[in-house]
Amino acid sequence: MAKPDYIYAVARIRSKELLCFSPATLEQLMACKTYHECVRMLNEKGWGNGSANQTPESLLEAERRKTWDQLRELVEDMSVFDVFLYANDYHNLKAAIKESYAPSHGADIYNPNGTIDPALLRQAAKDHQFSVLPAEMGAVAEEAMSVLRQTGDGQLCDMIIDKAALEAILRAGKASGSPLLEFYAEHTVATADIKIAVRCQKTGKSLGFLQRALVECDTLDITQLAQAAVESFEAITGYLIHTCYGGAAEALCQSASAFERWCDNRLIEKIRPQKYETSTIDPIAAWLLARENEIKTVRILLSGKRNGLSDDAIRERLREMYV
Amino acid sequence: MSNLGIIFALSGAVLSALVAGLGSAKAVGMCGEAAAGVCSDDPSKFGKVLILQLLPGTQGIYGLLIAFITLAQIGVLGGSADLSWQKGLLYLLGCLPMAIVGYASAIKQGKASIASISMVAKRPDQSSKAIIFPAMVETYAILALLVSILAVSGIGGLNI
Repeated sequence: MAKPDYIYAVARIRSKELLCFSPATLEQLMACKTYHECVRMLNEKGWGNGSANQTPESLLEAERRKTWDQLRELVEDMSVFDVFLYANDYHNLKAAIKESYAPSHGADIYNPNGTIDPALLRQAAKDHQFSVLPAEMGAVAEEAMSVLRQTGDGQLCDMIIDKAALEAILRAGKASGSPLLEFYAEHTVATADIKIAVRCQKTGKSLGFLQRALVECDTLDITQLAQAAVESFEAITGYLIHTCYGGAAEALCQSASAFERWCDNRLIEKIRPQKYETSTIDPIAAWLLARENEIKTVRILLSGKRNGLSDDAIRERLREMYV
Repeated sequence: MSNLGIIFALSGAVLSALVAGLGSAKAVGMCGEAAAGVCSDDPSKFGKVLILQLLPGTQGIYGLLIAFITLAQIGVLGGSADLSWQKGLLYLLGCLPMAIVGYASAIKQGKASIASISMVAKRPDQSSKAIIFPAMVETYAILALLVSILAVSGIGGLNI
C-alpha cells in the first residue's frame, strides 16, 4: 500500500509554527513581573479561552486540547499518534484498577486524552472483565489486579503497568516506520529506564526488582544498568557516560530537574531537522512534541512566578524551544 | 512494416506530451496541496504561493511543444506522412530527452517548490528568494527542450 503523504498538513504546520514560542517569547514572559501579568500576556497570544480568571491548569489543558483538535483536522488516520497516548491509557488503567480496589469518589483521576475511553477501563476493572481491552493491555491488567488483590502492594502494581506502558510505546514506535516516532519511543523508554535505575538506587531496591522494572531497549544494556544501580549512583553515571546518554550522566550529577531538562532538550534537538521536511508525518509529530514542550515550559514558568522563585531559578528550568 | 516509421515518430510525439505532462500534473498537484495548506491559515499568501505552484507546470508545456513540432515534421498535421522506419526511430529518440527529463525535472521542481512554499509560509518577506530555488531546476528542462527541438527539426533533412 502506498504511504500517505502529508504535504497539505505539513504546509499548514509551517504556518502554525509561526505561532510557536521562540526563546524571545519566553524572555518576554520572563520579563513579566507577576504571575497575573504572565497569564494576561498568554491570553493576548491566544492561549486559553481568553478569561482572566482561568486557572493555569485549565489554561494549559485548553492549549493541549487545541493542539490535538488541530491535529485531528490535519490527519485522517490519528492512529499514527497512538505512541503519544499509550502513557495516558496505562495511567488510566492504573487509576481504574486502584479505584476498583479502594473506591474513591469524585476525584478526577482519569486523563481523557487516550486511545481507550476511561469509562471502558473503569467498567472493565470494576467487573474484572479485561477481555474487552486490547489483548496486551488486558493481560497486564489481569496481572496487576491479581498482584494488588493478593499483596496490596500498590508500587508493584504500578511497576507492572508502567513497564507495560513503556513496552507498548516502544512497540508502537518501531511499528510506525517513522524515524522520528521510533526515536521518540526509544528516547522515552531509555530515559524512563535511567529514572527507574536512579530511583531504585536511592531507595535501595534489589537487583531482582530492577530487572523486573527495567524495559529492554536498543540504546541501553539493562543488565549493566541494573547492576550499576545496585552498586552505587556513581556506577550508574559511570555506565551512562559510555553510552549515548553521556549528557544524562552529567545532568544527573547536578539534580533531578537538570536531568528532566536534559531529556526534553535532547528530544527537541533531535526533532529540529523536521523543520525542513516537507511531506512525511515526522514534521507533524515534531510540531506536536514542540507544542507539548512549550506547554510544559509555560507551566514551569507560571509555577515559578506564582511561587515567587527568582528569575535565575526559573531560567535554569526552562526548556529549549523548537523554533 | 511500411507504417513502422510513422508509428515510431508518433510514439515519440505522444511520449513527449504524455510523460512530461504527467510529471507536471503530479508536481503541480503536490504544490497545490502545500499551497492550500498555507492559504488555509493565511489567505494573504495566495499570490506568492500561486507562482510557486505554477513553476513545475512548464515541463508539460515544453512536452506539448515538442509533440507539435514532431507532428508537423512528420506530416500528421498536414502534408505527407510517409517515413522510413529509421527516420521514425530517430524522431522517437529525439523526443525522449523532453519526455524523460521533463518528467524527472517536474517532480524535482515540485519538491523544491513545496519546500519554498514552506519557506514563504514562515518568511513571506523572502518570497522572491524562494522562487529562485525551484526555478534553478528549470534549467535542465530547458536544456532537454533545446536538444529535442534541435533533433526533431534536423531529422527531416537527413537522407535515410
